[in-house]
Amino acid sequence: MRGRLWAFLVPLFSVIIALLIAAAVIVMIGQNPVTAYKAMIEGAFGDLQALADTIIKTTPLILTGLAVGFGFRAGLFNIGAEGQMIMGAILATVVGMNMRGVPPSLAIPLTMIAGMIGGAAWASIAGYLKAKTGAHEVVTTIMLNWIATYISSYLITGPLAVGSGTPKSPEIAPSAKLPPIVTVGALEMTSGIVISIIAAIVIYIVLEKTKTGYEVKATGFNPYAAEYGGISISKNTVMSMAISGALAGLAGALEVMGLHHRFLGTLSGGKGFDGISIALIGQNHPIGIIFASFLIASLRTGSSNMQFVGVPKHIVTIIQGIVIFLVAADRIVKTLLRAKKVRR
Amino acid sequence: MKILEGLWNIFTNPLFYKLTLTASTPLLFASLGGVFSEITGVVNIALEGIMLLGAFSSVVIAYYTGSAWLGFLLSIPIGIGFSWFHAWASIKWRGNQIVSATALILVAQGLTGFLMEPIFGQPGQTPYVGRIDEINIPGVSNIPFLGEAIGTISPIVLLAFALVAFTWFLIYKTPLGLRMRAVGENPEAADTLGVNVFKIRYFGVLMSGALASMGGAFLSIGEVGNFRELMTGGRGFIALAAMILGNWNPIGAMWACLLFGMSEALANQFQSSHLLNVSATVKPLFNLFPFIVTLVVVAGLIGRTRPPAADGVPYEKEE
Repeated sequence: MRGRLWAFLVPLFSVIIALLIAAAVIVMIGQNPVTAYKAMIEGAFGDLQALADTIIKTTPLILTGLAVGFGFRAGLFNIGAEGQMIMGAILATVVGMNMRGVPPSLAIPLTMIAGMIGGAAWASIAGYLKAKTGAHEVVTTIMLNWIATYISSYLITGPLAVGSGTPKSPEIAPSAKLPPIVTVGALEMTSGIVISIIAAIVIYIVLEKTKTGYEVKATGFNPYAAEYGGISISKNTVMSMAISGALAGLAGALEVMGLHHRFLGTLSGGKGFDGISIALIGQNHPIGIIFASFLIASLRTGSSNMQFVGVPKHIVTIIQGIVIFLVAADRIVKTLLRAKKVRR
Repeated sequence: MKILEGLWNIFTNPLFYKLTLTASTPLLFASLGGVFSEITGVVNIALEGIMLLGAFSSVVIAYYTGSAWLGFLLSIPIGIGFSWFHAWASIKWRGNQIVSATALILVAQGLTGFLMEPIFGQPGQTPYVGRIDEINIPGVSNIPFLGEAIGTISPIVLLAFALVAFTWFLIYKTPLGLRMRAVGENPEAADTLGVNVFKIRYFGVLMSGALASMGGAFLSIGEVGNFRELMTGGRGFIALAAMILGNWNPIGAMWACLLFGMSEALANQFQSSHLLNVSATVKPLFNLFPFIVTLVVVAGLIGRTRPPAADGVPYEKEE
């Protein structure tokens, strides 16, 4: 019970401390933090449209958070969710474009699977290299992120380019688009959010109730003991990276199918990196990750509104950084919490 | 055949070698920083973030003082101060070093983007604030080819290569270096012999902050004279790969940085070469060069390298 309480309290306090430090930074540039945070809250939940926007932004974050979190459970630090998301989005776009005439009941799952395969294949490169040569996944996934970025910008200015202005691919077939469940103003909220939440539940079941999940966790907890216990580490590394990549790839696919309906160069926009913060705040627990995604999405939607009161939106990245720092060195927070108790 | 002709033209052009040295320099600073930190047993993947902050702070300081040199020099204490957070979290609080370093990267990205508007009144990139002038090397400038390649060069490039020799000497020829290596290989034994493990580790991490910051400052104030958002573009990670490829040895890291620098220069030259008959849409693909080289090299050769035994393991003093 005590462990569970810490798992909840440490991220919570980390967020509070980060918000306080960010308030000090806002004061330093001569702005009022109360006005800024009020604008942020209004921007994230002020009206129905703001709330819908926040939920739309939550959708891919749950999946990139799950991708990083699943990797963590297997002892892998997957910084490559960004590249995997891009590759997933590209493959989903290519398949989605060719779904004309195919009924939605077939086109939607096929396009989603394409996205998952794209992400899984991209992540598997890092998994394979780690298993085969010991190349650290932090370095390889970062390199794969850059390679994915350049490949995608080549594709949407070259072979896949359509129209003028911002580089973009053609639209996917109507039957591959996710139908909206609610329409608020110009915003269409699709079933993407439901799919993300289902993915979180599936990952929870895989981790907690299956043999695969047990092996993944055992490898992550102590690879030597796991190997001794008859679990193949290299097989687990490749498989865990593939599952992790499939989740990030699905995030890319849902952005294409539910939001942009095509591939855009700016589609990933750091959502893969946000996955790292989310996994850490959610303590690598699928349900925790859902809440953490909602938190980060609120900060992101809210921060756009903060720009109107003169606070650059980059403040969110600073807040995320501080939260991660405090989660990394969770003993700082625990010490602070204990000190409080003693004083009382 | 056109491609061979293009390659021949690139390789016989003295400016290509200058470009290689210039592209290697930021990597070299950061890579040496990585050596300092990891040889004492603290993994520091925050190099990317420290570089970014170094690049930004040097431009800010030059903007206010009007001196590019002051910008370069004062960005060093800023890099040290920033890396202190990583040292504090990973040494004192025994936190997860990769996670803490990731946090530093995010803070650096956020902070540099955030401060751009209040300081310069515009997002994206700062105005030109001047840069560190290149110097003539007497005697060398008159030699054909070599003179064109390195006769006129930034003093910071020379500093980077001088620091390779300095770092090598410090680590392998001085008592301090011996202690650093002992702490990275076997902190318990070093502790028993009366070496202050914590102090040595702080020193290693703070030196990595100083060096990575210089690498970033060279990118901005040393080369172009302004700062662009996220201008380090993954170089901190390439520097990390160079350190691994160089087997945690300053000389090895130097060769690896030269390799990566050359692939960056090659990508650059390919894009501006008229001899290569490729369309404008394909040209950006040459930017992939350094990243693919890194990936191939890290994957192909890492089996033969060995990190310090206690690298990444927090040290807990037994009472």
